[in-house]
Amino acid sequence: MSDDIYREIILDHYRNPRNKGKLPEADVSIHDSNPLCGDEIDIHLKVDGGEIKDIKFEGRGCAISQASASMLTEMVMGKPLTSVKDLSKDDILGNIGLTSLGPARIKCALLSLKVLKLGMVRYYADRDPDSAKKLQDESKGL
Amino acid sequence: MQKHGSLNVEKIREDFPILGRKVSGAKPLVYLDNAATTQKPLSVINAIRDYYMNYNSNIHRAVHQLAEEATLAFETTREKVAKFINARSTEEIIFTRNATEAINLVAYSWGRANVQKDDRILITEIEHHSNIVPWQILSGEKGAKLEYIGVDDNGYLKMEEYRKHLDTNKVRLVSVSHMSNVLGTIVPVNDIIRMSHEKGIPVLVDGAQSVPHMKVDVQDMDCDFMAFSAHKMLGPTGVGILYVKKEILEKMPPFIGGGDMIKEVHKYETRYNDLPFKFEGGTPNIADVIGFSAAIDYLENIGMDKVREHEIELTKHAIQKISGVEGVTLYGPRSTDDRGGVVSFNIGDIHPHDLATIMNDHGVAIRSGHHCAQVLMERLDVAATSRASFYIYNTKEEIDTFIGALHEARRLFKI
Repeated sequence: MSDDIYREIILDHYRNPRNKGKLPEADVSIHDSNPLCGDEIDIHLKVDGGEIKDIKFEGRGCAISQASASMLTEMVMGKPLTSVKDLSKDDILGNIGLTSLGPARIKCALLSLKVLKLGMVRYYADRDPDSAKKLQDESKGL
Repeated sequence: MQKHGSLNVEKIREDFPILGRKVSGAKPLVYLDNAATTQKPLSVINAIRDYYMNYNSNIHRAVHQLAEEATLAFETTREKVAKFINARSTEEIIFTRNATEAINLVAYSWGRANVQKDDRILITEIEHHSNIVPWQILSGEKGAKLEYIGVDDNGYLKMEEYRKHLDTNKVRLVSVSHMSNVLGTIVPVNDIIRMSHEKGIPVLVDGAQSVPHMKVDVQDMDCDFMAFSAHKMLGPTGVGILYVKKEILEKMPPFIGGGDMIKEVHKYETRYNDLPFKFEGGTPNIADVIGFSAAIDYLENIGMDKVREHEIELTKHAIQKISGVEGVTLYGPRSTDDRGGVVSFNIGDIHPHDLATIMNDHGVAIRSGHHCAQVLMERLDVAATSRASFYIYNTKEEIDTFIGALHEARRLFKI
């Protein structure tokens, strides 16, 4: 099973993460951690005309959590921020190619999406509280 | 199977049904997460079953036969616990849910009555969260201050720092782990207690990792409080033990109010029960306390000196083998004289959770994470570690399987 998880692409994103670092002009920055394993993810977003103009993440943790965050940034770069609400658990697991993770490790894979969804809601909460509430309600759960 | 010193491990393993099961397909279970919880021998499982099958009843009150039998079994366990740690009397033994609740009992009862503004509570950087958070809560409530004794790079407490803190004459309580659940360091608690008592300061010893693995004598140690857990020493979950010196316990206000901890209740006042019942409000975990009795018998039959001897042998073997694996960083003392059967490490850039997943493929159960010791993780400047921890039923062959899985992890991560 581990051979399926720790494939080249996961190790590559773990060791050479894309879009990792700070984003000084971020419109919104969100932090969360997974108390189970202590994985930490910060996501910074620059939004322009409702689109994710730039996204950066910082974090530390296992290969799954960090590779998943790295791949998520590539997945949503340039997309409408509101589209984040439609991203599901399966979208993420499909994106990183890990569909058979156990319940404990799934949380690692989904931490960055959880943070990104929080970021989406926070961004609109500061600007348009009604639509933030709506986005939160409509957002696909994890 | 190799002989392991004076322990007949092969025979012991037969007493633990779970050790026969397979995991991750058809791999034999290699259980190396004993610092988290230990497996249970059949005698413990049967004792619990026997209680529910044959004499299930509430204790201390009813006069029917079932209640008498249950009360006797429950109180016999208390006697065994007292003898196991050499307490002066059963009045000094309080049953709680776990070691965490035992420490909280001291914080809420003794702490609220004795800790005042600007007092210092002295703990250490190796503590489990259960010996940090209750004191943070208490300090916040009282305006007291929490102070930490540091740990050096070899995993030893900086003993000279005790003197400095104790000399301020502001320390109201010293609380310290007898054995680190991460580093395995066995702390010289006798010295700490002597130094603290010279200043008239009581000491709480967190024995969660020591009492299951070595002979612990509370009178010899002279600690004022000691907390430990049944489930880390072959017993069931849901049973903790708090030992408190009688002269201190007599002055402590109650913790949980309710049934069983009272003598008389009137509309606006209550006369509390005698020790130790005053601190055991509500129906206790009768079945599991009775199960714990069988666990103590099991350990007494083996002898705690032999338990310790066996673990030293396993730990030496593990340290020697793991030191030969390229890329490994090992934490804690190298000498098994001051180290229990706990081996924490990291390997290359493999995160402990990834390593534990790979280990699991090989049937090896280890722990990965911060081990409820985030203050120590910050001190070590790591997010997490992997930890293998041993007990009476583990063998050198199992450690070799674990080392084999470690090499497999290196292959997968190409290091």
